[in-house]
This record gives sequence, structure tokens and C-alpha cells, in this order.
Amino acid sequence: MANKFIVAPAPHMHNPHSTQSLMRDVIIALLPALAVSAWVYGLGVLMVTAIAIVSCVVFEYIFQRLFLGGRQTITNLSAIVTGLLLAFNLPTSIPWWIIVVGALVAIGVGKMTYGGLGKNPFNPALVGRVFLLIAYPVQMTSFAQPSVSGYVDAMSGATPLASVKALAADGSLAESLGSVDLSNMFIGMMPGSMGEIAAMALILGGLYMLWRKVITWHIPVSILLTMAIFAFAVVLLSGEKGAVLYEFPAFHLLAGGALLGAIFMATDYVTSPMTHKAMVIYGIGIGLITMVIRLWGAYPEGMSFAILIMNAVTPLLNKYIKPRRFGKTSAK
Amino acid sequence: MTVLFTILTLSLLGIFAAVVLYFVAQKFKVEEDPRIDEVEKMLPGANCGGCGFAGCRGLADALVSKDDISALFCPVGGASTMEGIATYLGKVAPKKEPTVATVRCGGVCSKRPRTNEYNGTKSCVIAASFYVGESACAYGCLGYGDCVEACAFDAIKVNPETGIAEVDPDKCTACGACVKACPKKIIELRKKWPKNRAVYVACASKDKGAVTMKACKAGCIGCGKCAKVCAFGAITIENGLAYIDSQKCKLCRKCVNECPTGAIVLKGMDPLPKEPKVAPAKPAEPKAEVKNESVNA
Amino acid sequence: MKTFPIGGVHPSDNKCWSKDKAIEVLELPDVVNIPLAQHIGAPATAKVAKGDKVLVGQLIAEATGFMSANIHSSVSGTVTAVDMLPNAQGIRQMMITIKREGDEWMPEIDRSADIIRECNLEPQAIIAKIKEAGIVGMGGATFPTHVKLSIPQGCTAEYLIINGVECEPFLTSDHRNMLERGEEMLIGVEIIAKALGVKHAIVGVENNKPDAIANLKKIIAEKGFDIKVEPLKVQYPQGGEKQLIAAVTGRQVPPPPALPIHVGAVVCNASTSLAVYEAVQKNKPLVERVVTITGETMATPRNLLTRMGTPITKLVEMGGGLKDGDVKVVNGGPMMGRAMVNLDSPVTKGCSGITAFAGEKAHRVEVEECIKCAKCVEACPMGLEPYLLIKLSQRQMWDRAEEERIPDCIECGCCQYTCPAGLPLLDYVRLAKQTVMGIIRARAAAQAANK
Repeated sequence: MANKFIVAPAPHMHNPHSTQSLMRDVIIALLPALAVSAWVYGLGVLMVTAIAIVSCVVFEYIFQRLFLGGRQTITNLSAIVTGLLLAFNLPTSIPWWIIVVGALVAIGVGKMTYGGLGKNPFNPALVGRVFLLIAYPVQMTSFAQPSVSGYVDAMSGATPLASVKALAADGSLAESLGSVDLSNMFIGMMPGSMGEIAAMALILGGLYMLWRKVITWHIPVSILLTMAIFAFAVVLLSGEKGAVLYEFPAFHLLAGGALLGAIFMATDYVTSPMTHKAMVIYGIGIGLITMVIRLWGAYPEGMSFAILIMNAVTPLLNKYIKPRRFGKTSAK
Repeated sequence: MTVLFTILTLSLLGIFAAVVLYFVAQKFKVEEDPRIDEVEKMLPGANCGGCGFAGCRGLADALVSKDDISALFCPVGGASTMEGIATYLGKVAPKKEPTVATVRCGGVCSKRPRTNEYNGTKSCVIAASFYVGESACAYGCLGYGDCVEACAFDAIKVNPETGIAEVDPDKCTACGACVKACPKKIIELRKKWPKNRAVYVACASKDKGAVTMKACKAGCIGCGKCAKVCAFGAITIENGLAYIDSQKCKLCRKCVNECPTGAIVLKGMDPLPKEPKVAPAKPAEPKAEVKNESVNA
Repeated sequence: MKTFPIGGVHPSDNKCWSKDKAIEVLELPDVVNIPLAQHIGAPATAKVAKGDKVLVGQLIAEATGFMSANIHSSVSGTVTAVDMLPNAQGIRQMMITIKREGDEWMPEIDRSADIIRECNLEPQAIIAKIKEAGIVGMGGATFPTHVKLSIPQGCTAEYLIINGVECEPFLTSDHRNMLERGEEMLIGVEIIAKALGVKHAIVGVENNKPDAIANLKKIIAEKGFDIKVEPLKVQYPQGGEKQLIAAVTGRQVPPPPALPIHVGAVVCNASTSLAVYEAVQKNKPLVERVVTITGETMATPRNLLTRMGTPITKLVEMGGGLKDGDVKVVNGGPMMGRAMVNLDSPVTKGCSGITAFAGEKAHRVEVEECIKCAKCVEACPMGLEPYLLIKLSQRQMWDRAEEERIPDCIECGCCQYTCPAGLPLLDYVRLAKQTVMGIIRARAAAQAANK
């Protein structure tokens, strides 16, 4: 017989998903935000993104080749996702060499030192970003102004979060919000890192990932809901009334890296918990820490720090929070 | 002034912590025979588990606490180590002959045709729990290297050409980890002769001769010729499989020449010169043997 | 629409190849090899020897103890050997070889097509007849049916659930039986319900078989059966006993050693119910069954009424033969079936289908690193964490694996099916489960010895 019998234990079918296809979906989901950013900030955005992606891929290749050995993992596109996310966290005006340093830290320190894909405890792109934020604070926080006309320049390079924080220091919450336009923020008309400004596009990407079953709703929804409730409670406690009751929470959801972080960074497979229950706790933790840093911390934005802190808690959550076991509901 | 306060506070804190640590250490002190540490140092420290304990310290503990240590033995350190420990402890050293792990399968790729390709996890125990293996022989070496994984001394390797595990007798410490790891139970600890000499049946197939023959040309068909020629009663035939007792065998090598399939393997020595009357044409013999076998059965 | 509460996956069901093919009777084989172990429990004891003449339906091997099953000859002819022969996985098993001469049946077997509904037997007599006929679960688990119907003391059965789910992709033998022999099957259900003394008899059918659901509902309405048909949302592994009970009744069977009867449920396969009908009403033992021969590369997928012991090669021939090159032939469906190395091996009581894969589909996907995507945790219908269990298994941490409830695993394969990194999750989980179960048994034995 001209047959070769192939034998393996069951199952003999596999679903069409692979690591590569999942990563491809993440990249597709990030494209709308990239497009909006290019529209708002000009083509420099694409340059920064290209440098970030290329250096991430090259570093991953080099580290795998020289230090880890084994199979190359760049084909599964995860390095491209890291590069893209790193670029999304940078301002457009950043010098090219800082991007390369960021990529080196993200891939080298954040990912490959732990053994490569799947073994890193912290989100590599965020490790890169936070390193740059601390090492090059000036370059990392000088944001160019959006170039499309119709935008009222009231903040001269500061992000809405930074200006609101400054104003809130000596005024009421309602007054501090005076300088921002929520609808402009929704479409992406605000200074900030490349990828975080386009709220609408990020939500679109998130919905795409939900539809493709790349992520579940648990992490993003619990982060955003926690932030909204927290902001709402702050307004309530301050005793202020009126539109600020809903404008303040909305502002916090749209401003800074809230959406980018909640939808794309916190949902990173490797560094987020495994069970739905743990995901919700993880999300609540991120929401709380972010709001605490935003309102009372030294930095105007706390998303990256919050995600990194909760990344550190993830192994603990995995250890103690177990999925709902079959047959246990009635016993307990 | 500030400097003074700082120094003072820190010193006080340090002293306080030291006192706490001292009392805690006193409270939780574990009384242990200091000889255990000494004995542990004398052991090889491989923590291979060959003695039956989880690690060297377990064995050391047992050696110190038990009066009769004849049942305890470190296969890695061997007789010399055990003697040293026994002298130190003032006990009688256990005696054990050196042994070496031996893979009882000769079904190399050329002799044992592969009937299928295994596409599952490359692990002998997983493959064995699921099906017969890549050849038709249900007893032979699978070659996925569970033994290699178990070996702490790098003494066993799967030869990619033959597809069978091979032991390096110079590295093997006879700890028995591979024996436990092998799901087919084909690895055996046999008496270790000087210069790594060995005679053994490289087959574990308990199938009938004809069935074995069909699956593997190097298999033992249980014809019994070796048992007849053995002058020391070292060879027994059970379930169609010859077995050479390594304690009784004197390495006379007569059986090696008798075996029609070459299942009896000779290592570290030259074979006996063949008697001139026997024609060296080997392939003819096995066929005749199979016929005999089926008639007998 | 109802379904089970935790996990599950949606493999494409691939029923299209054979679901519209009516059941055909396979021509009788010249030689059959009938294994003595076709069920869970002790292998049967051979009652015939070389040279004996046997008829179709004659007892040739008797159950060894309670947890075992009778075996009957599926052809008439002469016993030529009782010997060890390789099974589908190449492992040698005791089998009775019979050379067929004609087709002569035992005289008491009623082979007419008349449908007999009336059954005046007492429950005990029904169970005795089922035991006599050697009926086992025909969905693949091959648990002896008489054992399942003997309710342990202190338990009462409230629900009889008939498993017409057939959640395994490709397979359609239950489907065709429900469609073509629905009435007989429902009488079988009635008989089992009587034997158990249960009030509710429910047939669970997945919603991808609307014709079977409609057919059963129609018969129930026309002939006045007190049986409910429950359409279920399509999701694998709905046909798992525990999943089906949860889907139909909402009750969850506690972890092992608890059994379905502890929540008052007994589950029986649809084809088994048909076999029960034939055994009780027609005195016909389990000597033939419907086997689906299917696969994307099969020229003529079919549903064949096959005598037990027929060589699988014969079925493959009827399906149009295998493609050249790499093939994987699976005994059962693609999720839980066993890949075969020996196509000369016989059809047995638990063989509901033969599925063939060719080329790339015969191979597994490439293995990559675990990226902790949590899809296995989401897919596991038992609420386990396969990503963790594979590591515990690889590191041989059996104690931890037991704490993580590895004995709960039903080996459905959802985790491995869904893993984007293509990890062999189930290979290792199965290994750990077997090892842990061994440890638990050894512990129990040691405890019993101490007392």
C-alpha cells in the first residue's frame, strides 16, 4: 500500500487559530488607531512606528539567535505587536535613537531575559515605555500639537491629563475640566502619545478583537468601569454638582492611555491572568491604581504603572483564583 | 544633630532585630545529628534517587539513624564510598556487586520495519499507553528517550541511526532511574564485568516465535538453542524469550554463536571462532528456525 | 436553547459527508475476529473452541463477573481459532476467529420487521435480558448497560436521558438510527424507563439534526409516547455524560467518585436504546451495529449496518478506499477517537464510525511556546486549567496535579483542539490523570489493607 499511517493520540482536529493568526488580529485591530494618529500628527507617525517595529523584530531575532537558541519566534508576529504597542506609547517628536533604546529594553530586558515569548512577567512594550519615561522624561512628554485645523489650542503641548491636574490643584473639578473638549478627545484631537489619542479607533479595534474572540470583555470592561465609578465617586465626595458628575468620569476614560491600556496593553495574554474571575480582579486593580496615580500621584498618567504593578500580581491571582469547577457549585 | 539621630535610630533598630532573630532562632532550632552532614559530604551529591531516597541527605539520614545498614546502598558512589561511610559510622558496610544498565532490545531500524509514523508527543510513556509503537513489536525500544530524560549522568542516549537507547557503561552509575522510566521495561541492571564485557539477550519480546520474527529480524524467538549449549545453567526460556542470568553466566560466549537471529549480544570481547562445519550463511538459518518453532507450537 | 454551563468548543461538525446517506447493510464478511474485551471491565470468557460450529446470535463468550458483558457470534460458521491477535492499536488481544458459512440465525431470534410495542416484563427481567444480550454503551464508552441500569442502593433514578447528541464531528450513526428507526428506538427508551422506574425520559438531540428532532417529535405525537425531545445548542462535548445531564436537567454531577445516579440521572446512548429494543422485544443480541465510514477524502461516505468482527478494511473499501500518501484512520470521531495502525482489526461494539484524514490533516499542527492565552481554561468543560496541568505533568508533580483535580478530566480534547500554540495538552494531562488515578487506587488499597 502506498499509505503511510500517521498515529497520534486524540484529538485529531485542531481549530484554525494559531499564535500567528491571533497576533495578526491584534495588528489589524491596532491599524485604525494608527491611521487616526497619522491623520492627526502627520506621516512622522508612520516613521516612528516603522522604526519601533523593525528594531523590535531585529532585537528579538538577535537575542533568540545569540542567547536563547531554539526556534526563531519572530514568525509568530508577537515582536511586531510589541513594536507597534511601543510606538503607540511614544510622542511623534521622539528622536529615532530613543525608539531603538526603547525597543532594546522592551525586547531585551522585558521579554528575552525571561526566556522569550510566553515567559515574561511584564508587558514588554510597557517595560520599554516606562524605562524611556524615567530615563528621558523631557523627550517623552513633549507632545506636538495636532495639525488639523479647527482644534482650539489651549494646552500648548501638555496632555489634557496634565493640564487638568494642574488646574485641579487650585480650583474645583468643574473648573479644571474647562480646558478640555470631550468630543474632540473622542475623535483624537488632543496631544498625547501616538496611539492613545484616538479613542474612537481604539474602541473599534477592541470590538474587532472581541468579535474575533481574541480577547474577552472581562479585562477592558472591568478596568474602564472601575475608573468611571472611581471618578464618579470623587466628584460626589467633592460635593460638586451638575454636568461634572458625568463629564469627569468620561474625561478620565478618554484621556491619556486609558483605552489603549485597557483594550490592548492589559489584555496581553502572557502577562494577564488565566481565569475570568481573576481577570476581573486584575482589571479592578488596574483601574484603581491608575486613578490613584492620576489624582494624587506625581505623574499625570498612571496606566502603564498600574498595568505593570498588576502584571506582578498576576502569578498570585493564577495561583489562588481557580476557575469554576464543574460539579462544585452545589457542594459549596 | 540629625546625623546623630539617624545613627542612633538605625543602631537601635538593628539591635532590636538582632534580639528578635536570636530568640526566634533559639525557639525553632532543630536538633540534628551532626554526623548526617558529614555522611552527606561523603556521598556523591548527585541527588539521583538511585538509593531509593529523594536525595543524598535522605540516605545520609537513614545511614546514621539505622543500626543495620545492609539494605542501604549508594549505587553511584559504589562499594568504596559505602565502606568509607561505614568505617566513619562504625557499622558494617553493605556489599553489592557493581552493575550496569543494559537495554534489552536489538530492533534497529533495518531489522525492525516501521509500520507507521508516530505524530504525538515524543515520550515513550505516552506512546506506550496509547498503542503498540512504530513497529509491530509491542516490546521493543520506542526510542523517544524517557530514559535519556531520567538519566542524571548523561550515560544513556538514543542513537538516531538505530532508534534505540544505548548506555555508556563508563558513565552509568547503575542508579536505576532509566529502569524506572522505561514503560516497556526493557532496561535491566546487570552485573558489570571488567572492561565492560557483557553477554545478554537483546530482546524482551514475549510473543510467539513466528510473531516476533515477523515484527523484527533481531528478536528472540525462544528456540532454546542457547539454553542447550549453556554449560552453567544460566539461560532460561520463558514465554518464548531466553534470559541469561548475569550471576550464573561466565561469559563463555557459546550461546552467542548458537543464536539464529543474533538476539544474543556480545560486548567488549571477540566472539568465539566459529566451528568450520557450520556454514556462515546466516539468513538461511532463521527461516529454518521459524519452521521448527511453528511445528513445536 | 439549553446547553452545558462551562467551557466547550465549536469544531465544524463535518456531518455533511454522511448525514444524508441512508443505512445500508454491509455484505457479510468471510471471516470475523471477535475480541473478548469489547467493553469496560473484565474480558469475557470464551465458551467455544477451535472447530465448533456456531450460529448467528449464539453465545460464544460469557461475561466474567458483574462488570463484564456477554459476546455473541455475529456470523454462522466454524470457529477456526481462539488466539491473540493485534487490535486496532497493534496490541495483541484475545479474539475468536470464525469462518462464515451461510447466514443461519439462532431460532429464537425474531428477524421480522414487525414493531412490537407491548412489553410485560418486570424491571428485573428486562435487565436480565439486556445482560443476556451483551449490550454495552454504543457511543464509544462501552460501559455494560445492565450495570448502568442496576441502580445502587440508596439512590433513585429520576431522569432517563437518551444521548442523541452525537457531538463528535463526522459521525452520523446515531443520527441515521434516530431518523430511520425512531419508533423502535423510542420503544427501547420506554423499556429502559420501565426497568429504571423513572418518570422523565428525555432524548437530548443537538440542533444540527433538525430532521431527527422533527421525526422523533412526530412519532411521539402520533404513537403517544411519554418521552420528551430536548433540542440542544450545538457545542462539543455535549455528548459527555456529565455535560448532557447538566444541559438537560441543570444538575451537575459532583467530582469522582460520584456517579450520574447521585444526581438522579441515567444516561443511555440512542443506538443503545435501539439495541435494547431488539434484545428485549426480538431476542436479538448485540451482533451488529451502524458504523459511519467518513472523512473529507473518502469518495463514498456511508452509514453501514455492520456485523461485529468485520475487518475495518472492508468498511474503508466501501467508503472508497484511502488516498495515497500520509493517512490517519481514526476509530471513532476526530475528538476522542483512536488512531489505528492495523486496519485488519475488527469492528467492535463501541465503534460508531471510522474517520479518515489525509495529507496535512493527518498530522498535528506545529508546537509553539505557550503564550498563556487562557483559551484552554475557557474551553475546558470541567473547569480545569490545562495550561497548568501540562506543566505539572511534565515535571511529574503528581500531588499538585491531584490537588488541581486532574481526575475530573473527561479527556474530551477541547483544550488541545483550541490551543493556538498547538501544545499537546491532552497527551500530558491524560498521562498525569492515569498516574494520579493509579496513585489514588494504590492509596485506597493500602488503606483497605490497614483496616
